Parts: sequence; C-alpha cells; structure tokens
Amino acid sequence: MKHLKTLMAAATAVLAVAGSAQAQESIKIGDINHYKRLAAFAEPYKKGLDLAVQQINDAGGVLGRPLEVISRDDNGKPGDAVKIAEELMTRDGTVMLTGSILSNVGLAISSLAAEKGYIYLAAEPLADALVWESGNPYTFRLRTSTHVQAAMLAEEAAKTDAVRYATIAPNYAYGTAAVAAFKEILTKLKPDVEFVAEQWPALFKIDAGAEVQALEAAKPDAIYNVTFGTDLQKFVREGSTRGLFEGRKVYGLLTGEPEYLDPLGEESPEGWFVTGYPWYGLEDGPGKKFVDEYMAAYPDETPKVGSIVGYMTIQSIAAALTKAGSTDTPALLAAFEDLQVPNTPMGDIMYRGLDNQSTMGAYVGTTAIKDGKGVMVDWEYKNPVPYMPSDEEIKAKRPAE
Amino acid sequence: MGLFAAQLITGLANAAALFLVASGLSLIFGVTRIVNFAHGSLYMLGAYFGVTLMQMLPGGFGFWGSVLLSGLIVGLIGVVIEICVLRPVYRAPELFQLVATFGVILVIQDLTLMIWGADDQIGPRAPGLKSVVRILGEPIPQYDLALIAITPFILLALWWLITKTRIGILVRAATQDRTMVGALGVNQSWLFTGVFFLGSALAGLGGAIQLPKGGADLLMDLNIISAVFVVVVIGGMGSIPGAFVASVLISVLNVFGVAYLPQSTLVLMYVVMAVVLLIRPYGLLGREEKGGEHGQVGEPDRPIRPAGLVGRSLVAALMVALALIPVFGSNFTQVLLTDIIIFCLFAASLQFMLSTGGLVSFGHAAYFGGGAYAAALLVTHAGTPMELAFLFAPFAAGLLAIIFGWFCIRLSGVYFAMLTLAFSQLVWSAAFQWYDVTGGDDGLVNIWPSEWLSGTTTYYYFTLIVGVGGIILLRHLTHTPLGYALRAGRDSDRQAEATGINVKLVQWTGFAVAGALAGLAGGLFVFSKGSIFPNELEIAKSFDALIVVFLGGVKTLSGGVVGAAFMDGVRDWLTRLEYWRLILGLLIIAVVIIAPNGIVGSLRKGAERLGFYRGEFSE
Repeated sequence: MKHLKTLMAAATAVLAVAGSAQAQESIKIGDINHYKRLAAFAEPYKKGLDLAVQQINDAGGVLGRPLEVISRDDNGKPGDAVKIAEELMTRDGTVMLTGSILSNVGLAISSLAAEKGYIYLAAEPLADALVWESGNPYTFRLRTSTHVQAAMLAEEAAKTDAVRYATIAPNYAYGTAAVAAFKEILTKLKPDVEFVAEQWPALFKIDAGAEVQALEAAKPDAIYNVTFGTDLQKFVREGSTRGLFEGRKVYGLLTGEPEYLDPLGEESPEGWFVTGYPWYGLEDGPGKKFVDEYMAAYPDETPKVGSIVGYMTIQSIAAALTKAGSTDTPALLAAFEDLQVPNTPMGDIMYRGLDNQSTMGAYVGTTAIKDGKGVMVDWEYKNPVPYMPSDEEIKAKRPAE
Repeated sequence: MGLFAAQLITGLANAAALFLVASGLSLIFGVTRIVNFAHGSLYMLGAYFGVTLMQMLPGGFGFWGSVLLSGLIVGLIGVVIEICVLRPVYRAPELFQLVATFGVILVIQDLTLMIWGADDQIGPRAPGLKSVVRILGEPIPQYDLALIAITPFILLALWWLITKTRIGILVRAATQDRTMVGALGVNQSWLFTGVFFLGSALAGLGGAIQLPKGGADLLMDLNIISAVFVVVVIGGMGSIPGAFVASVLISVLNVFGVAYLPQSTLVLMYVVMAVVLLIRPYGLLGREEKGGEHGQVGEPDRPIRPAGLVGRSLVAALMVALALIPVFGSNFTQVLLTDIIIFCLFAASLQFMLSTGGLVSFGHAAYFGGGAYAAALLVTHAGTPMELAFLFAPFAAGLLAIIFGWFCIRLSGVYFAMLTLAFSQLVWSAAFQWYDVTGGDDGLVNIWPSEWLSGTTTYYYFTLIVGVGGIILLRHLTHTPLGYALRAGRDSDRQAEATGINVKLVQWTGFAVAGALAGLAGGLFVFSKGSIFPNELEIAKSFDALIVVFLGGVKTLSGGVVGAAFMDGVRDWLTRLEYWRLILGLLIIAVVIIAPNGIVGSLRKGAERLGFYRGEFSE
C-alpha cells in the first residue's frame, strides 16, 4: 500500500513536470477549406499556413502559447461549411475561423459569423460582397479584391489606343463582377471605349473553339480575360492555334498567378498584361525571404498565390492575438480594427476599419516565356488603396452597423 | 458563310469525345440496365492515363498508341469494377446499382488525387496536327479535322459490331430481353462483362482523344457526366446511332449558342432535352420500353402495414431520446442532428414518390432548393417575417412540383427521371444566373429565424417537431387511399386504370406532395444555415437523396430515413480524415454488396431468417 502511494505520487509529479514543460495549452484556430474539391488551390494554401504556424511556434508562439490550426474539409459545400464552423467554435474550442476559396462558402461562414458572434477572417474568397454589400463587423478579408485587380488592369488598358474591347469570363458571380468592374472603370477613364462582345463560358466547361470563334467574329482591338484554371488552358490553346491573340492586347485577371500559368508551360501566352505573383523575380525584402523559406520547407514546391495567402492569414491572426492580448472575441474584434500586420511577404498591411478589408496589394506585369515556362516580366507591386472606391461609396454599400 | 462553316466544324469536332463517352454509357445501359454514374470517372481516368503514356511514348505513333492503350486500360478497369462491384448486385432492385457506381466515383476521385496529384495537367498536342487549315478563310485546327474524320469510323465499327457479329446479335438480344437470352443458354455474366469492357474502353478513349483540346483534371468526371446523360437520353437510351446524332446536335447547338446567346451556356442542353422528351418521349432513336419497369427484378414487393406495437415503441423511445439530447448532448450534437433530421425529411419525401409511387426522380433537389429559395427570396426582397416565409417554402415547392409534374408524368422510367433532371437544371440555372433576384452563386445570406427561434436548442426542437411530423405525415399518406392508388399504379398501370383509378392524376398528386414536403425540408434548411446557394439545387443534391433511399432500402417504408441518418452521420465523422472519399466510397460499396436490399431491407430479412420478425410470407 505504501508503495502504491509513492508510485502514485511519483507519477503525479512526472505528469506535472511534463505538463509545464509542454508550455501552456495551445490557441486553436478553425480553418475550413475545399481540400478535396479544389485540391490544386487548397494544397499550396495549407503549406503556406503550416509554414507560418511552425515559424511562430518556433519563436515561442503567441501570448506565450503555441498556435494550433484545426483544418477541416467542407467538400466545397456552404451548408457543410456552416456545420463545421459550428463544430469548430463550440466543440473544438477554436477562438476564431478562417479559410475558404469559394466565394459562396465564404459568404455562408460570414453570415453565420455575424449571427453567432464568431470572428471570421476570409482568406481567399474574391467576392467583394463579403466586405461591402453583405459585410458585417465580424468578417474580415485578406485577399486583394476583384474590384482592385480589375481596376489595375483597366488603368493600363486606358493608356493604349484600343477602343473595341471583348470580354470573356466564367459564367458565375466572380466572372460577372470582374467584367462589371473592368467595364465601369475603363469607361470612366476612357469614355470612347466600346464593348463589342461579352462571352460567358460555364465555369470549367468552356467550349474553347466556339468561344474563340465568337471573339474573333467581333473583331475587337483588345481582349479582357477572366477565365482561369482548365478553362484558361483550353482558351489559350485554341486562341493561339487560331491566331486570336495576334496583334491584340490581352488583359488577364489572375492569369499571372503560378496556379494558372505553371500548367501552361511553354504554351503560356506572351505579352498579356496580367495580375499575378512573380515569386521568381523577387530579389530582396520580406517577399524574397518568404520564397526562400518556403522552398527550404518544401523542396519540391514553388510558392503559389495560395501559399502566400495561407502564410499571411496566420501572420494576420497572430498579429491580432498579440494586439488583443487575449483570445476573447470582443478583444480580438477590437484588435482587428485598423490592425497593422508588419513584415508580410507583401510588406506591411493593414485591416481597414472602414470595411474590414486588408491592404494586401497585387503584382501586375507582362507575361513572357522563359526556359519553357510562363513568367511575368516588367512587373511591379501595386498598393491597392488608390484603386479602391472612395470611402463614401464603400460606406453607402456596407449595411449600417 | 465562312464563319458559319467554321462553327459547324467546331461543333462536329466537339461531338467526337462526347459521342465516344456517350456511346459507351448507352451500350452499358442498353444491355445491363445499369445507370452508370461512374462513367465520367472512367473518362477522367482515360485522360490521366493518356497524359502519362504520351509522356513516355514519343512521336505520332506514340500519341495514337497512347490513345488506344488508354482505352484498353480503362476498359480493363471497367471489367474489374463490373466483376467486383456490380456483379454481386445484379439481382437487387432496379437502379440499386447506381448506388454502387456512386461509391466507385468517390474511390476513383481519391485514387486519382493520390496517384497524379492535385495539379491540372495540360494535354499534349498531337504530333503533326498542331497548326490550322484555312477553310473559306477561317482558321480550323488540324486536330479538329482529324477528330471529325475519326468519329464516323468509330460509329461504323460499332455499327458493324452490333449488327454484323455474333456478339452484336447477343448484345441486341440482351437489350431487348435479357431473361430470354439467359434462357437460351447464353452466359449472361460474361456478356455483361464484355459490354462493360467495351463501354468503359470507349469512355477511356474519349478521355484520351480530347487531350489535345484540353487536359486532365480532377473535376472532369463530374463535369462531363451530365452532358453525357443528356446526350444518351436525347438519342434514346441504348441506341448508338442515337448517341451520335444527339452528340452532334448538342455540340453544334452549343457552338451557335456561344456565338449568338453567350449567356445560354449553362442551360441550353437541358432545354433541348426537355423539348425533345416532350415531343419524342423515348428520345430521337430510342424504342418504347416494354412493360412496367418496376416489380420485375428481384422478389415481389410486400404488402405494407402500419408499424406494430414493437415498432411504435421503438420509434417512441427514439423520439424521447432525441427530445432529451439538449439535456445531455453538446451544442454541436444538436447542430448535427438538425442537419440529419432535415436530410431525413428530404429523403423521406423522395422515397414517397419513388418507393410508393414508382416515380424515380433525378431532380428532387429542385423542390428542396426551390422551397429554401422561396423562403429566402421573401425574406430578402419583401422583408417577410420568418414564420410566414417558412410556411411559404412547402407551398412554393408544391406549386413548382405541380407545374413540372404535369409534364413529367407523361413519361415513364428513365425518361421520366431525365425530364425531372432537366427541370431541376432549369431551376438551378435560374437561381444561378438571375443575379438581381437570387444573387447568383453568391446566393442569399442573412436568412435567420426570428428571435424566439434563434437559439440552437430552440431551433433543434423546431426541426425535430416539423421534421418528424413531416416524416410521419408521409408514412401516414402511404397507408391512405392515395398511397394504395399510387402503389397500384406503380405495380400495374393498366390494371389500376381498369379498376377505375386515374393513375396519372394520382401520380401527379404524389409528385406534388413529395415536392411540398421536400420544400418543407428546404425551409428548415435555409433558416438553420442562414444562407442559400445554388449548390442546394444541383444534380449532386438530387443524387444524395436518391442514394440514401436505395442505401436504406427502396422496398421499405423507413429506408430513406435510415439511409439518410446513416449517410449524414458517417460523412460527418469521415470528413475529418485525409482520404475520406476513398473510405466513404469503399464503405458504400461494402454496404451495397452486403445488403443488396438496403440497410432496412436486409436487416428485416436477417431478422426474419433468425425468427425475430414475422414476415408476411414466412408463415
């Protein structure tokens, strides 16, 4: 009996030591993404996210506690995402939510966040409704908005003497928003432009030959492209084969992102003016540092836009936690207001108190082929703020709080 | 003129791959009566094998060799699927096999991701066919012309095989009457395996041959499957020339749609299908289906009866347990159970028309999503109070079902199913494209219940009462004269007519009731999620319900509910794992093989055998 008592005491002591050595309980973040449905885009995101978590924890964590991300797959369904969000927040004890690429999943989580008082940092969804028409105090968005990226292209387009424009965009909300923004801004900058054709292929079901013929028939001076992924591959191949791009300037939204440019390889279009991510051209600063660290962590990989978004998501969350000094929702919410996130791979960014949108910018440049790969040349990083609508316009769009 | 010709050529070239895949599906259906949802997965595998082989085999010979080899490999994969997965379930109720093919889709999706990785693969160009030819001044890719040249040969080869060879004679005989073929001493199982090989090989060929115009990616399986079904149905199920005519028709119309009505890309082919089916109920070249399709395969249906004392007490005990969940269970358990009850009601509404009425709907999501959208639209645009909007959901869905049902009940069997699918796609595209009203795929958000219902527990009780109430109502209806008349029409159309039942009217009523109850589930859904998006109207949603009804047991009353609870529960748990689709797919296949009468049906059988349960025929 005495032995047993000693043994138990010893065991308790060992456990206690082990507990304190393991530092305190981790801070949990809920992450919901389409890991299966959109594996090609979600995997780089997860890698960037994991890298940031590892770096932060190696440096001692946040508020003296390690960060832990619980990642769940929603199969690309908004209804499932809402259920998982509830589980993460009420059962798994996460302090806030993040993730999503698809706009509709982002909007569904955002709606839940406002109803239940959860904080949601939308990582990649592009829909501007997230921060404008359907914006709410609990939802923040990291990635550069569609409006801003379209505005950057429209500004460049306005400098040329092309007046007849044709557009091609996937037939869903993102595509229509991207075309509407481009048309609006370009017409404002250059009132004599004319839109001679608008093509709307179904997402990932493009009939590229027919689309190219229809664009050619309209005889435009320039083309604005919003297709991406496999649609882009087919469009570029048919377009190059049939000579659609000869003598025409093409403006491609997201076309320069490695996710979409890499698969095209030596067939990448040349001379398109695009938004994207020229990681290979970065020579110094935090951008280069991120590229080096990423490739050291994943030797077989090159960074994608998803990687940088995943990385900056965790940086933003860590900054918010540090500023809040606690994991309480009200404190975190207050911390996100005008939150400064220093030293991201895209420099210092801020979450604007006005519309909860971050000031993450975008790279623009011209596509070219180098060593059998599509790359961006003559690129520059653009700050998004000058391209955003005025504060009054945004206030008018956002529902009153 | 030049443009017109060029557009025609583009359409014909697009028809090639579509025809290959569709003819394979049509062949398989014609002989085995299996609606093979995994056909798109075979097409995807053909593309992936093609890309890999073309990287290894250089030159023109390597390219065309790879195309043929991909077809061959995929054909063999088809054989494996047929032998391992489908052969054990041929005796199961009609259409049950589609559950197994759904499992196959999940397995292939995850295996493809494991083997080839997540990145999209661009297809290599065909050596020697990389540039364009000018026809009437318009540039035409050489490969398009090659495709146009190849397709007639394949059609001819298939036609020769079917009409001139002994195998073809057997295939045609089996298409018309497979029992007779079996009675004449033909080994049916090898005939089925052979047909599956050919059909799968055609799908693989289609996947590989489209590579120079596209590539291989993980979404292409589900992206092509609906187009293929549309083609097969327009052409007439089982007809190869029909599949050819329909692929050309759809492809060419699509090209002109793109040129002159660019917004039409989502919906055009479904409109064409609906029109064709209304004019020619069996497709362009299809033959009328002989006899009733139901009640022929497997053992006859049993008479139904109200639950006995044991059954009632079990259900009552379950209700008490569910009512006590908020006392013991966590917040999330209530959220999960709310989801499950909604799905159970949705599945039960489909089972009412499917099992009781014999009306197989492939488009039931139209009423679920339709109800949800109806409520959400009222809240968004009219600021209607939640209670009123919620009541409107089943009403609107029922109305929708009355309108669509009027057209659909004129058809039967697979054609009925495909017309319901066409209508559901019309609803989907309306929700998807009518931005100003429905918000497009950004959906409608902030649709939350009123203050008094907004707590998780309160809403759980609300769902429990409404959901279980709906399920009990459906079960009660099965035992009313309406239910009896529906079953009479299902088992024998003519005899039912002869006894004075207005079969079409009864079926129409059953359709409307099922639609309204699906809308009720949709109403519960939208207020529990706070938002609604077009994906709740998708084909995948319709098939979710279809699959759980079969999985639970199509010849039982509670199959849909049990299947839905099983599926939702398992899925919630499995999605935590990395390769959950693989596991779920294998699990579904295992259930299908172990329990060919569905979960409830097989349990009941097992209980009868052990003497725990007194079956109708066991005395």
